[in-house]
Amino acid sequence: MSFSATNFAQPRPVPVGIRSNEKSLSSDPFRFRFRGSPSFLGSPHSLRFNPTPPLKLAIPHCRRSTAAAVTDVKSSANMLITKEEGLELYEDMILGRFFEDMCAQMYYRGKMFGFVHLYNGQEAVSTGFIKLLKKEDTVVSTYRDHVHALSKGVPARAVMSELFGKATGCCRGQGGSMHMFSKEHNLIGGFAFIGEGIPVATGAAFSSKYRREVLKEASADHVTLAFFGDGTCNNGQFYECLNMAALWKLPIIFVVENNLWAIGMSHLRATSDPEIWKKGPAFGMAGVHVDGMDVLKVREVAKEAIERARRGDGPTLVECETYRFRGHSLADPDELRDPAEKARYAARDPISALKKYMIENKLANEQELKSIEKKIDEVLDDAVEFSDESPLPPRSQLLENVFADSKGFGIGPDGKYRCEDPKFTQGTAHV
Amino acid sequence: MLRAIRHKSICPAFGAFRAFASAAKEMTVREALNSALDEEMSADPKVFLMGEEVGEYQGAYKISKGLLDKYGPERVLDTPITEAGFAGIGVGAAYYGLRPVVEFMTFNFSMQAIDHIINSAAKSNYMSAGQISVPIVFRGPNGAAAGVGAQHSQCYAAWYASCPGLKVLAPYSSEDARGLLKAAIRDPDPVVFLENELLYGESFPVSAEVLDSSFCLPIGKAKIEREGKDVTITAYSKMVGYALKAAEILAKEGVSAEVINLRSIRPLDRTTINASVRKTNRLVTVEEGFPQHGVGAEICTSVVEESFGYLDAPVERIAGADVPMPYAANLERMAVPQVEDIVRAAKRACHRSVPLAATA
Repeated sequence: MSFSATNFAQPRPVPVGIRSNEKSLSSDPFRFRFRGSPSFLGSPHSLRFNPTPPLKLAIPHCRRSTAAAVTDVKSSANMLITKEEGLELYEDMILGRFFEDMCAQMYYRGKMFGFVHLYNGQEAVSTGFIKLLKKEDTVVSTYRDHVHALSKGVPARAVMSELFGKATGCCRGQGGSMHMFSKEHNLIGGFAFIGEGIPVATGAAFSSKYRREVLKEASADHVTLAFFGDGTCNNGQFYECLNMAALWKLPIIFVVENNLWAIGMSHLRATSDPEIWKKGPAFGMAGVHVDGMDVLKVREVAKEAIERARRGDGPTLVECETYRFRGHSLADPDELRDPAEKARYAARDPISALKKYMIENKLANEQELKSIEKKIDEVLDDAVEFSDESPLPPRSQLLENVFADSKGFGIGPDGKYRCEDPKFTQGTAHV
Repeated sequence: MLRAIRHKSICPAFGAFRAFASAAKEMTVREALNSALDEEMSADPKVFLMGEEVGEYQGAYKISKGLLDKYGPERVLDTPITEAGFAGIGVGAAYYGLRPVVEFMTFNFSMQAIDHIINSAAKSNYMSAGQISVPIVFRGPNGAAAGVGAQHSQCYAAWYASCPGLKVLAPYSSEDARGLLKAAIRDPDPVVFLENELLYGESFPVSAEVLDSSFCLPIGKAKIEREGKDVTITAYSKMVGYALKAAEILAKEGVSAEVINLRSIRPLDRTTINASVRKTNRLVTVEEGFPQHGVGAEICTSVVEESFGYLDAPVERIAGADVPMPYAANLERMAVPQVEDIVRAAKRACHRSVPLAATA
């Protein structure tokens, strides 16, 4: 399957039956407007963008990847989601939002420390993608990884304890906010260096393909999602991996969470061509742009990308236009972003949008949604209490897990391996 | 006269010399590495090789000759010129239990991938509290070659050996190359395997035991290449050969030098080094890399910490010159330790009056 650059680079009229990825970027009026007025992005002093009225949520006539025009359909037969799915999505986004808010509270109370990067506003991307995955599929993230961990199934207690630096955290307090790992849930990081997770994710996808083709494990059809931001898309490793993923047709989806800002550097000021989705076809893979504030749209695009990867047809680059409501980290005063821009995106809060959709389409009522919020409040209170009461890591943990094979600490004065001394981890030791 | 040599010590200048009558075969380091890779790939289908020119070109230095034909392109991968990318891909694959061998054409190019070697390979087992181990090997030629200039000649042993979570190995002979590479591939932790381009073509005798496919050397144990009683000389990689030659010259002058082949830079075999210094009371460290914060500095500190009372003379440190590697042949010779430098340093340690500065 090869793509020429022209398939996606220019918008063109969309006939019925075209694939939904092509449709979403060429018929999306929001994108057209973007193309016309560069003042929409970035520069805080010259934002004169008038938003279109909130887009109707796209509902295809059928659930397959071929989709037609965007229409508003009220009958339940054509709903994008069932009630159960809707409640699941809602709960996941509420968990993400409330968790991050609780993190901010705990940080200012001194329970959490160091670098903490919160995900408020971007929940639609995490929920939209990760809720479609199997447990064996892999997620790789950056330092803004709390919500990816939660969506992938790591318990809130484990994530909160990790943030408090307690021994009951998912990494026993050794990783911290930026290094969430859970082998059980196939969340393999948590990387502080932007761009670092992309090759690792590509390697995880490589291992899935290797297992299927070389080791002949027929059930190895796992896909990998790599989440990263707009700033990362200027980094060399990103391009190296787009090339190799397309070259070797790896089952990976590169998910760009374009929130327009890399700390205080606006995407427009940093990037020669800010349309990131275009970089996919340049390497021979599908490139898609989607409204990342709308969980249902993200989910539709994600479905297609994941199916493509699972059947062995290679990678996809998905650019999600989203926004972080808080600063880059809790230490960021966030002075460079225009309050009007923030207000505009706050009006497109993905949680409110889903709530509105569910209520208008009679998938749930106010009461049910409120009860989900209450449930999550309780989950979080329990998580904080659990973390508070958990012990700090013991001193012996300092030297543990440096190596899988602790003989790496070498041979001690008595000629035996240091790790064989039962008292090895008790002092700071002569390592 | 040559002193009696106990172990299967190797003197490349005397290629045919053997300690045991049964050590019949000779093998170049290149063949040793190739056979080790071949055997490990054949024993475990999860082992695969990845790097620039490792496949169709048969390896930039022909180390992976024949492997593409034998194992196919899925297990011997020619990569694009993307060190950061493919080192990271190797790490990601290792997270999931595959056992990649990532070849850098030289370790100078590893600087483009050093983020992955340190941050996503070395530190991951710790950051994930033991959930994710990284059984990866990064290998390639390290240190100076001949006339390749400043950007192709740096020795990275000190840089990698300072990082917790990594194991750093530096083979010298064919036996070292085979045993340590096999150990590295079987090891569940990230291993940086520093070869030397100028040693690839050198031949060493190997015993039947070395040729066995289950032969493995322990990581973290140095080898005493030559026993002595007057001064200890530590070295790794190519410098072991120079140290052995120096030991020959010193022997003629009545100084009995003990030569230690470190084999493993991290973990450093401090026990063997200290035991030797306690015996000889004098130490000369030899390395090809830059002097400041180098391997010799660490060895000196270890000896001062553990065996200070045994030292009869200050530790002599021989290292490469503190300059980027020049190109001109005579300057390059001055920038890398030579046998005469080692002899001079050993004599200084033994209180023979010899001037400090090198002569051109």
